[in-house]
Amino acid sequence: MDELPLQPVRITAFAVCSAAGDGRAETLACLRGRRSGLTFNDFGPAPLPTWIGRVSGLEAQPLPAQFSQWDCRNNRLAWRGLNTDGFIEAVVKARDRHGAHRIAVVVGTSTSSIGASEEAYRRLTPDGQYPEDLRRPIIHTPHSLGDFVQSALGLSGVSMTVATACSSSAKVFAQAERLLRMSLADAVLVGGVDSLCDSVLYGFNSLELISPERCRPFDRERRGINIGEAAGFALLEREADHGAWLLGCGESSDAHHMSTPHPEGLGARLAVENALRSARLDLCEIDYINLHGTATRKNDEVEARVVGEMFPTTTFASSTKGWTGHTLGAAGIVEAAISLLALEEGFVPGTLNSESLDEMCGPQIQRENAERPVKYALSFSFGFGGSNCVIALGRQDAKVAA
Amino acid sequence: MKSSTLPVYVEGLALWSPRLPSWEIARRVIRAEQAAPDVAVARPSTSLLPPTERRRIPDTVAVALEVALRACEASGRDKSKLPAVFASTHGDTPISDYMCATLASTPALISPTKFHNSVHNAAAGYWTIGVHSYAPYTSISAYQYTFAAGLLESAMQAICERTPVLFVAYDIEATGPLAPMSDCRHLLGIAMVIAPDSTKAGARKLVLRMHDASPLEVPVTATRSAAAELVRGNSLANAFALLEALAEPRANAVTLALSQRSALAIDVGIDLGIDASIDRSSDQGTDVDIGIGG
Repeated sequence: MDELPLQPVRITAFAVCSAAGDGRAETLACLRGRRSGLTFNDFGPAPLPTWIGRVSGLEAQPLPAQFSQWDCRNNRLAWRGLNTDGFIEAVVKARDRHGAHRIAVVVGTSTSSIGASEEAYRRLTPDGQYPEDLRRPIIHTPHSLGDFVQSALGLSGVSMTVATACSSSAKVFAQAERLLRMSLADAVLVGGVDSLCDSVLYGFNSLELISPERCRPFDRERRGINIGEAAGFALLEREADHGAWLLGCGESSDAHHMSTPHPEGLGARLAVENALRSARLDLCEIDYINLHGTATRKNDEVEARVVGEMFPTTTFASSTKGWTGHTLGAAGIVEAAISLLALEEGFVPGTLNSESLDEMCGPQIQRENAERPVKYALSFSFGFGGSNCVIALGRQDAKVAA
Repeated sequence: MKSSTLPVYVEGLALWSPRLPSWEIARRVIRAEQAAPDVAVARPSTSLLPPTERRRIPDTVAVALEVALRACEASGRDKSKLPAVFASTHGDTPISDYMCATLASTPALISPTKFHNSVHNAAAGYWTIGVHSYAPYTSISAYQYTFAAGLLESAMQAICERTPVLFVAYDIEATGPLAPMSDCRHLLGIAMVIAPDSTKAGARKLVLRMHDASPLEVPVTATRSAAAELVRGNSLANAFALLEALAEPRANAVTLALSQRSALAIDVGIDLGIDASIDRSSDQGTDVDIGIGG
C-alpha cells in the first residue's frame, strides 16, 4: 500500500510577536521600512557584548492571575503572542465550531522556560533549595509551553511540545498536518516560543557563534548570530473556506554532527526535495524562500550553495534574521509568518545588515526588499542535531492539486 | 465518533532500567518467571558508538541509543532507514543542573559540549549520526503524557508515511536543586519499532483510539506487576501497563492518559508468533533482547 498523500490544509489565522514588531502590521512595517529590531545586549546581570532581538515590556507583564502557576518569561511571551492579531478570538471560534477536544496543540521551543530554572539557581535559599515562588514543577520542564497554551485556551485534545532545537516550530506543521490527515483533530494550534535566557546566550558564546555586531546573514564578513526571542502561532484547519495553504512539509536528518551542518547540505537538500514532493510543486514554481540564514560562517555557506545549485535564478531568497535575530525554536513559526505575509502582500523582504554578499551566494539571495507577487513560498529551518525541516506554503488563491 | 483508529504492529521492543536491564529480563519478571534482580546496573553500555565516544555521551543518550539499537535488532528492520520519534518528559536534567549551576556562578565557563548536549534532541541527533540515517526524527515532551503522545505520533507517522517508525522514550533521575521539580529518580529507556503492516512472526497488533473523554470516565490501566514497581519513580512508568500487556501472549486492552481530558485506548492483539527472531548480540553478554513473540 502506498503512503497516504499529504492533504493541503488551510491556515485560517496566524500571529507573530518578535523584536521586529508586535503583530502582523508592525512586523510588516518594520520589514518594509528596513528597521532592525536588534538592540545592544542588555539582558541579564552581566550582558555579553552582542546584539539581541528583545521583546520589550515582558518584565512588567505577569500572566493573568488564573494562569499564575505558569508565569515565567517564556509563557509571558506566549501569552503576548496569543493576544496578538486576534489569534485568541480565532481559536475560540474554532473551539465553538469543532469542540475543545477536537483542537490539538503542537508547539515548538528549544529551551522553553529554562530561564525560570536559571533564576531559581541564582536565588537558591541558604540550604540550596529553589526560592518558594519558583517551586512550580510545570515551569521547569519542556512541556511548560504546550501545557500553558492548551490550558490558557481551554483546549483538551492532544498537546505536545516539539523540541528539535532551531527546527522545532517548523516541524510542528508536519506533525499537525498528520493529526489532521488521520482525523485525530479538526484543527491544530501550532506555534513556537523561545525567550532570552543565559543558557542560549552563554551556550552559543561557548561555541564562538555569537556576533559582537548586528548579524549580517550571507555577508562575506558575517561574524555569527544574534539571539532573539519571539512567539508565533497559526491555526490549521482541514475544512475551511479561507486562509493560505500549508501545501507540504519536508523533513530530514544530516547524520553528520551535533552542532555543524553537513558540509554539502545533504540533509537540507533532502528536506527541500521532500517538501516539494509532498506539495507537488516544481522548483521553478517557488517565488520566495525564507532562508534559515543565521549568519554563522558555516550555515550560510552551506545554505547558499544548496539554494544556488537547486533553484532557478528567478527565485527570490532572503534571510530575515537581521530584523528579528535568531529566535531558535521560534524561528520556524516567525519565518512561516513572514512568508505568509509575503503571500498576502505581494512583498518580499530582502536581507538586512548585509553589505556585501558572500561569493557563495547565487543570484537568488537578495539584499533589497521587492514588491512582487508570491504564489508559492518555502521556509527553511535547520537545527542542532542535524534536524532539518522545510515547509511549503501557498497563497489563498493558489490552485491546489487534487 | 469522528476520530479514527490507528492499527499498527509492534515489531521489536527493548527496555533498559537499572534493575531491568533488558526487555527479556523485564518480560520474565512481569510474567513472574524470575525474581527481580537485586543488583542495579549503573549504566547501559551501548555498542553503537566507539568506546571513546561511548564514555563521553550523557546517560540519557546512552540509554536511548541502547534501547533504540535493541528494538531495531529485534525488529529485523534496517535501522538507518527508520524515521524516529524520541520522547522525553524532562530531557537531560543532570545537564540542566550543570548549566543552571554554572550560569549562576561562572557563566563564561559553560562547556560547549555540555551546551550542545543540553538540547532536547541530543539523543535523537546522536542516533542519526551513529546509524547514518537521513530519515527524519522528532523529539517531543508532553509532561506526564509523554509516552502516550510519543506512541501516538509514531503510529501516525507509520500510517501516514507507510513506513516502520522507531519510537524511543527515556527519562533520567534529576540531580541538584531542580530534583524536587521532577518525579524521576532513576534512568529508564523504552523503544519499539512501530510498523503499519507486518509479516514478522511475533509482531503484535495494536489498535490505537483517542477517547474524547475524561480519564476519570475511561479508567486508565493500572500497572500490576513486580517489574512495574522497579521503574516507579520515573515519568514514563505509566507506560508499563502497555508493556505488561505485551509481555503476555493473550489479547488485552490498555488505556493510557493522553491529556487531562482525553485518553489513548490501545487494543493489544494476541501473540500469534512462533519464532521470535532472538537477538543475542550484546557486548556484555547479559543484554539479551527478544522479539516479543517468545
